[in-house]
Amino acid sequence: MRATTETSTAVRDQGGAASTAPPGPPPSRARRPNRWWAWGFLAPVTIYLAAFYAYPLYRNVELSLREYTVRSFVQGGAPFAGLDNYRTVLTDPAFWPTLTHTVVFTAASLAFQFTIGMALALFFHQHFPLSRTLRALILVPWLLPLIVSASTWSWLLNSDSGLVNAALGVVGIDPVNWLTSPGWSLTSVVIANVWIGIPFNLVVLYSGLQAIPAEMYEASALDGATGWQRFWGITFPLLRPVSAITLLLGLIYTLKVFDIIWIMTRGGPTGSSATLATWSYRLGFGNLLPEFGPGAAIGNLLIVLALIAGLVYIRIERRQQLR
Amino acid sequence: MTGLNRRRRLAAVAVIALAAVTGSACSSSTDGPSDGGAYLVWDPYPQFADDSEWVALLKKCGTSAGVTVERTGYDTTDLTNKALLAAQQGNSPDVLIVDNPVISTLAEAGALTTTDDNKLDVSAMEKNLLGAGQSDGKTYGVPIGANTLALYYNKDLLTAAGVDPATVTDWTSLTAALTKVKAKGKKGITFSAIGTEEGSFQFLPWFWGSGAQLTSLDSPQAVSALTLWTDWLKQGHAPNSVINNTQTTSWQEFATGDYAFAENGTWQLANAEKLPFAYGTIPVPASAGGPAPAPTGGEFVSIPVQKNTGRYQTSQQLVACLTNADNLLTTDTTLSYVAPVAAVQERQATADPKLKVWVEAVRAAKGRTGDNLGTKYPKISESLWTAVQAALSGGKSPQEALTAAQTAASTR
Repeated sequence: MRATTETSTAVRDQGGAASTAPPGPPPSRARRPNRWWAWGFLAPVTIYLAAFYAYPLYRNVELSLREYTVRSFVQGGAPFAGLDNYRTVLTDPAFWPTLTHTVVFTAASLAFQFTIGMALALFFHQHFPLSRTLRALILVPWLLPLIVSASTWSWLLNSDSGLVNAALGVVGIDPVNWLTSPGWSLTSVVIANVWIGIPFNLVVLYSGLQAIPAEMYEASALDGATGWQRFWGITFPLLRPVSAITLLLGLIYTLKVFDIIWIMTRGGPTGSSATLATWSYRLGFGNLLPEFGPGAAIGNLLIVLALIAGLVYIRIERRQQLR
Repeated sequence: MTGLNRRRRLAAVAVIALAAVTGSACSSSTDGPSDGGAYLVWDPYPQFADDSEWVALLKKCGTSAGVTVERTGYDTTDLTNKALLAAQQGNSPDVLIVDNPVISTLAEAGALTTTDDNKLDVSAMEKNLLGAGQSDGKTYGVPIGANTLALYYNKDLLTAAGVDPATVTDWTSLTAALTKVKAKGKKGITFSAIGTEEGSFQFLPWFWGSGAQLTSLDSPQAVSALTLWTDWLKQGHAPNSVINNTQTTSWQEFATGDYAFAENGTWQLANAEKLPFAYGTIPVPASAGGPAPAPTGGEFVSIPVQKNTGRYQTSQQLVACLTNADNLLTTDTTLSYVAPVAAVQERQATADPKLKVWVEAVRAAKGRTGDNLGTKYPKISESLWTAVQAALSGGKSPQEALTAAQTAASTR
């Protein structure tokens, strides 16, 4: 909740241009602070970043460049293997299917989360009676621990005793093996992930909507614009910066989604719902004999994917500011 | 405005200072060496709280060895990684209790002492149970208790369907029983074929019961075992949900009373008493009749490698205490396991005649990592459960799935 209110004030301050930069620096004070003091303030955050971000990242890269067995993991002395682990992963027959699942899972989740989140944000922007209560209710999936939501979904989608198949049966549709057929498992985890992601999109887009001046709508109404025209002419373009950051954050969250898939299908049956994140976990921890090297290599590939998305975002941002 | 700003800044300084202080306080307390009197024990029984009999036994063994025992219970899937990391960092516990197939992995990592080093006496233990902790003629731990799989059946349901459980002795008679149950509008059998070690564990009695060997996953016998399961799914004798069932969810299905049979373990005995219907157990039948060898489950007590080798003597006393006959009886009764020692097994079966089936099953059982497979087993097992999933979900025929599995297991 805090994050969203901050985003909304930032958006309001900058008149629609989303930026994560805080409001301008405070006016300089007469007495210049001691330089050492400044370093002192910087130290805790630097140490924190180094210990909890830089070092683990370095270790993960190192892990992926050496040929670790359980023995060398414990006793040390794993030989340097260059890009061997990456080669192992890339030439594995499971690589391309898994990458495709990751792309499909991410793209489908984002598309539905965003569209439904946007529709709901516009809906709740109308301020009708009970809108606050209903909006609070929609946030529930966000507040539930993932293990609860994922377990609930796997009960709902159970082939034999699931509520969804029971409901389909009432309408006269044959039961679907949601989680246990290779053709449906990916769809099932996407459905669950969309449900979990809607509140986030709703909240951010809703706060973005509040930043659009009401006069714009009044003016366009006077000019006789229809609802659709108002959406495509005013709401959508003015929401673009907020949309971009929502999609970017959503992309990073979705790329690394692991819990939902693992709890619902374990990435199966036969890898049909495996993504890079679940594959990495399976290699590193999901087996009696861990394969740390290839597992770490996949983890690094995921980081690179997220990084590319971030760079693309920054590029688009910059181009918009130049315009 | 400036007043507010200054106050805010002061608050920030205070917070940072506090964080720095608490941070350093934490690190100093964890860095300190643990005092010599405390011996660390890790076990995979997080269900036991500090006031449980298990923890009381640990404390008692500590006291008789003249040390205090500090015990931590971990989730069993978590414990392998915890143990590996601890071995890497050189802060392994003094006594480690882990699931038996993990022993070969930890032994391969050089994280465990052998009975030559730690002087543990394992002569009383049943050979087939001890097998999981042995490789290349060395023994890396002592079994604390064993469990295995058998078929639970719903007595009321079988009576209604006109099936006498005593006639179920091979695959043909079992499938015939399932057909009768289905004719009554009930469901046949539930098991767990999930894509993890659990799935392989549940498939193994059928796999071994067909005469197949883990070294040749695509043998005709192996194909016959997988065909049995696949046909049950096709014919509606087993629910499609088995593909995603853990042993717990499979048990929940059986507990609804709709299923005639369920493949499950000794550890469900306490829950079985709470079932709203009468139940019984029979061994998993082999293809040609008689009980099939089921895989052994259950934990091993091991003594991880320490920098200070002087600690082994006390650790050995602790382990000997935990695994002496009387204490094994207590522990295995609490865990609802079968003891690894013949004499204690007899005492268990006398005290509770229902355990007789289980004692027999445990005697016929085989270690998964035995036959000197050791750390080859995890790869074989992963290929096997993948094949089971592929065949059951209709992706491949049993023959294709197992051929692929054999290729994967032998090349990787």
